[in-house]
Amino acid sequence: MHDLQPITALGGLETRIDKFERIIITENDDLALASVAARKGYENDCRDKIKKILGDIPKPGQATLDNTEVGFWISPDQWMIKAPKSTHELLANNLKSFFLNTASITEQSGAWVCFDLTGSGVSEVMERLCAAPIRKMEVGEARRTTIHQLSCFVLCLKYQTHIRIFGPRASAATLHHAFMIAAKSCA
Amino acid sequence: MTQTNRFSTGGQIQRDTSHQFIFDGKRYKGHAGDTLASALLANRVRLMGRSFKYHRPRGLLTAGSEEPNAIVELRAGDRQEPNTRATTAELYDGLVAKSQNRLGSLRFDLLAINDRLSNFLTAGFYYKTFMWPAAFWEKIYEPIIRNAAGLGSLSLKDDPDVYDKGFLHCDLLIIGAGPSGLAAAITAARSGAQVIIADEDFCMGGRLNSETFLLEDISGSEWAIKIVGELKNMPNVRVMSRTTVIGAFDHGTYGAVERISDHVLQPEIDKPRQILWRIYTQRTILAGGAIERPIAFENNDRPGIMLASALRTYANRFSVTADKRVAIFTNNDDGHRTAVDLHNKGVKIAAVVDVRSDAPTSLDYEVLHGEIINTKGRLGLTFAEVRLKDGSVKSIKCGAIGMSGGWNPNVHMTCHQRGRPQWNKDLAAFVPGHDLPPGMTVAGAANGDFSTAGALRGGQTAAIEALNLKKTSFNLPTAEDATINLTPFWYVEGCSRAWLDQQNDVTVKDVKLSYQEGFRSVEHLKRYTTLGMATDQGKTSNMGGLAIMAELSGKSIPETGTTIFRPPYTPTAIGAFGGRHRGQDFHPKRLTPSHQWATEHNAVFVEVGNWLRAQWFPRDGETTWRESVDREVLATRKSVGVCDVTTLGKIDVQGTEAADFLNKIYCNGFAKLAVGKTRYGLMLREDGIAMDDGTAARLFEDHFVVTTTTANALPVYRHMEFVRQCLFPDIDVQLISTTEAWAQYAVAGPNSRSVLRKIVDQDISNDAFPFMACANITVCGGLRARLFRISFSGELAYEIAVPTAYGDALMRKIMQVGAEFNITPYGTEALGVMRIEKGHAAGNELNGTTTAQNLGMGRMISKKKDSIGSILSEREGLNTTSDLRQIGIKPIFSEASIPAGAHLMNITGPITAVHDQGYITSSCYSPNLGHAIALGFLKNGTERIGEHMRLVSPLTKVETKIEIVSPHFLDPEGERLRA
Repeated sequence: MHDLQPITALGGLETRIDKFERIIITENDDLALASVAARKGYENDCRDKIKKILGDIPKPGQATLDNTEVGFWISPDQWMIKAPKSTHELLANNLKSFFLNTASITEQSGAWVCFDLTGSGVSEVMERLCAAPIRKMEVGEARRTTIHQLSCFVLCLKYQTHIRIFGPRASAATLHHAFMIAAKSCA
Repeated sequence: MTQTNRFSTGGQIQRDTSHQFIFDGKRYKGHAGDTLASALLANRVRLMGRSFKYHRPRGLLTAGSEEPNAIVELRAGDRQEPNTRATTAELYDGLVAKSQNRLGSLRFDLLAINDRLSNFLTAGFYYKTFMWPAAFWEKIYEPIIRNAAGLGSLSLKDDPDVYDKGFLHCDLLIIGAGPSGLAAAITAARSGAQVIIADEDFCMGGRLNSETFLLEDISGSEWAIKIVGELKNMPNVRVMSRTTVIGAFDHGTYGAVERISDHVLQPEIDKPRQILWRIYTQRTILAGGAIERPIAFENNDRPGIMLASALRTYANRFSVTADKRVAIFTNNDDGHRTAVDLHNKGVKIAAVVDVRSDAPTSLDYEVLHGEIINTKGRLGLTFAEVRLKDGSVKSIKCGAIGMSGGWNPNVHMTCHQRGRPQWNKDLAAFVPGHDLPPGMTVAGAANGDFSTAGALRGGQTAAIEALNLKKTSFNLPTAEDATINLTPFWYVEGCSRAWLDQQNDVTVKDVKLSYQEGFRSVEHLKRYTTLGMATDQGKTSNMGGLAIMAELSGKSIPETGTTIFRPPYTPTAIGAFGGRHRGQDFHPKRLTPSHQWATEHNAVFVEVGNWLRAQWFPRDGETTWRESVDREVLATRKSVGVCDVTTLGKIDVQGTEAADFLNKIYCNGFAKLAVGKTRYGLMLREDGIAMDDGTAARLFEDHFVVTTTTANALPVYRHMEFVRQCLFPDIDVQLISTTEAWAQYAVAGPNSRSVLRKIVDQDISNDAFPFMACANITVCGGLRARLFRISFSGELAYEIAVPTAYGDALMRKIMQVGAEFNITPYGTEALGVMRIEKGHAAGNELNGTTTAQNLGMGRMISKKKDSIGSILSEREGLNTTSDLRQIGIKPIFSEASIPAGAHLMNITGPITAVHDQGYITSSCYSPNLGHAIALGFLKNGTERIGEHMRLVSPLTKVETKIEIVSPHFLDPEGERLRA
């Protein structure tokens, strides 16, 4: 067992939580991510395996959220799979064993920062951040959009009260800053 | 006594809430619900500004955002905002405003001398004057003109407030909350559609707030309050007052500025002053109303002369009269409404002057058939002269004149995508054409329906059609439905100074001069006279100018043409466009995994794109950056150094044909690269010019990791995706960026292996892990990692990568285990010095103009395969013997510096561009060699090693002798990196 202590995307040993009257911004560090891209000629096999893991095959603009592993569509025949890091630290390796030659698997755990925005003020805050039609997004909808010039994925986990955002990890501080000023502006 | 022009009852102001404010240093009182304009008028202040060119005294012309005259500097200190219309500035307690465009006081403006010189300052005067002597232009004329020109002044301080941006979505956007807008909104809202209704005013209702008509049995303003109240309680409706829709853009997007804090002393902490919204809508109803036209007559710009509809607004909405004696000058029935309303409030109507022979009469006031031909009053109107139909002239004592020349539908927004309005002869006005922005419908007065009932009907019909509704539960109230009775009348003939564009001081005479001098198209007219320019964009003046030009040219108005409008609808603060993207937040930052550690160790950071990279790590006692960099270079070459290289682009390339794909991307061969090996690769553009270099490591048969330069991470990835998707879509290859997924450190120097042995769990001896090896490994007892034996410094070196979350910990571990070897962190400066010493090309050399041949890598281009750019790299012009070749440069005298960008010249001969031999791309001081070194390109450079030349930089006055040397200053045989 190695002795290296991981830090969160915001640089802490603990995840950061910021509470406002109508919104809570939570850094979600329990994150193992891997991308799955179907190999040429194995598209159907890959989709079958995606369905086995996620329970369904996320279509463009959609995520599946029901299982331990959740996933969302990121491009044609390419998905992002997410599982709890605490139990799936080696998610990419495990997926490679599962998909074998049907897909290319790439570890993405370190590439992304994840924030959960919860509360009744979520829609109002998100309207200050991105062009996604946040008030229309149903549970399971996923959008790629830009927040403070950063390309992000926005997932609806609970209608108008829980949004999950995946953004570039190196810019976690910028993203968090954008969330904070939007939350204060809407408070 | 204050507010002497305020009626004792009526209006929509809150009389129980008084606001104190200051205008030009003097204190006044107004009420909540006032604008600055209405409050000043209530206090008998008619003089509010000076005109742009002639500095003539000016007062209010309008009561809305089309105001050309009453432009003030609002607020003070760092919140001062020039060119704010007093007519839309909502009054608040503590408001401070200052008139602008004056030298001295508003009453005694020294630049009013310009008015005396008006014969010399006519339209286009600057095209004809200041021509002689030519030398005077730059030093005398231009500074004087620049000093006198401009509207308002800037505080030249940072704006302390913040501005937000936001995004909204709806089924139907309604622009304007007058009768048509509200009828459309309530109809649409009751159908369940997602509706946004926006109005620039703080009080919704549009003209309903300015009129005395009843809707059913309640006043227009009460009806508006009732409808707005219902709309606000509906979850599917967003009611946005104080919100100006500024532009109609592509694909149903609209820009709108919501003024959140402009009506308070200063914004609450963390709250924005304004929000710039981008509204995405399926359909739009433009219900922007109409703007009344002034009439041009001699001296029609004196304070007190305004639009008749504005007089009505001030009286009915703000309970204010411009004066106790008012005259009306009209060509239509609407002017008479103003007279009736003011008369009913006790204002003396001095006369209604109507140009029509069939004008209605009145028992309450005198109606004169004729024209106002002149006015008097230095700082405010005192008398008007009327020429009656029989030719006699009558003088009327009055302090205000209401001009009513008919109405122009507000077609501004219909033109934002090049739509052209159409002429409506009955209205004598342009109405929206058929080429509207997609999804837009126009309703109400904006569409030429000027009666209240017509506006209500138009709004409801537009909503029904836009949403394809079968029925509606909203029944329209009964309202006035008067027809238009108007005789077109633009200006009074025989006047010498009748003002058309009061903001730009353009007169009827100026238009005639423009015609006389051949500037007859509307576009030329605008530019020659400045008609329609500046903050009001000619909302009250364009039609008058056009009509006069039409008359002069003997054409109809539509034949003469019309100018169209462009966004923004009203002036918009630059801060609103910038939003939060200013100062430190101008662009996002990317922090490396070791950023926290580097901060703890005093790193000086440099922006590389969005990345913040450690540039060097100063230590106590080091007084210059060079001392730190020299130390880092020497320590690394002597023992070992570590540098965060996470910023280099990393692209995961997988698939059964990944090697074939890379073979096409790189000009050198990759098909036979063994698993566990890394190879340097050069990418060419399609045109054969070098694009980027980097390495590709083959971790498995079907899995490569490609690295790029930091700057080109995105362009290279984009290029590879283009090749994959468009050029070779049948190849089995999958790409994804992993730049941020892995924290990567270069560990370089003769002791680098010794350091890494303490943390890498596998054998990394030279035999087990030779130069250019790569492997998936584990570190520190099991953490997954990657190791590459590659070197940018020319030393024995490795790059080690771990998942980013462990990057901080790995840095600390490397420093801990490296302590016994005096490991030194180094930044980008030392990195740059070492790569120049080694002769490695980087961004400076891969500058978009150089070829593989220039870089000395011509032989890398494989002839055994086809790759992107390889064919065009063989162009004759790119392969001459006299081509530029990368070379090294060192000074003849060791203390001399070598500035990058300097050019190489032969040791004798002229220093001219024709004799240019090459140029310097990268230079630095080499602490190992004890003098400056540089890389550059020299014609036929490889054949000129040892030649002495001159290095010149005429701009910086540098001329020094240098020697051309091999670009590999250190370890040319590469023994160190293979050690």
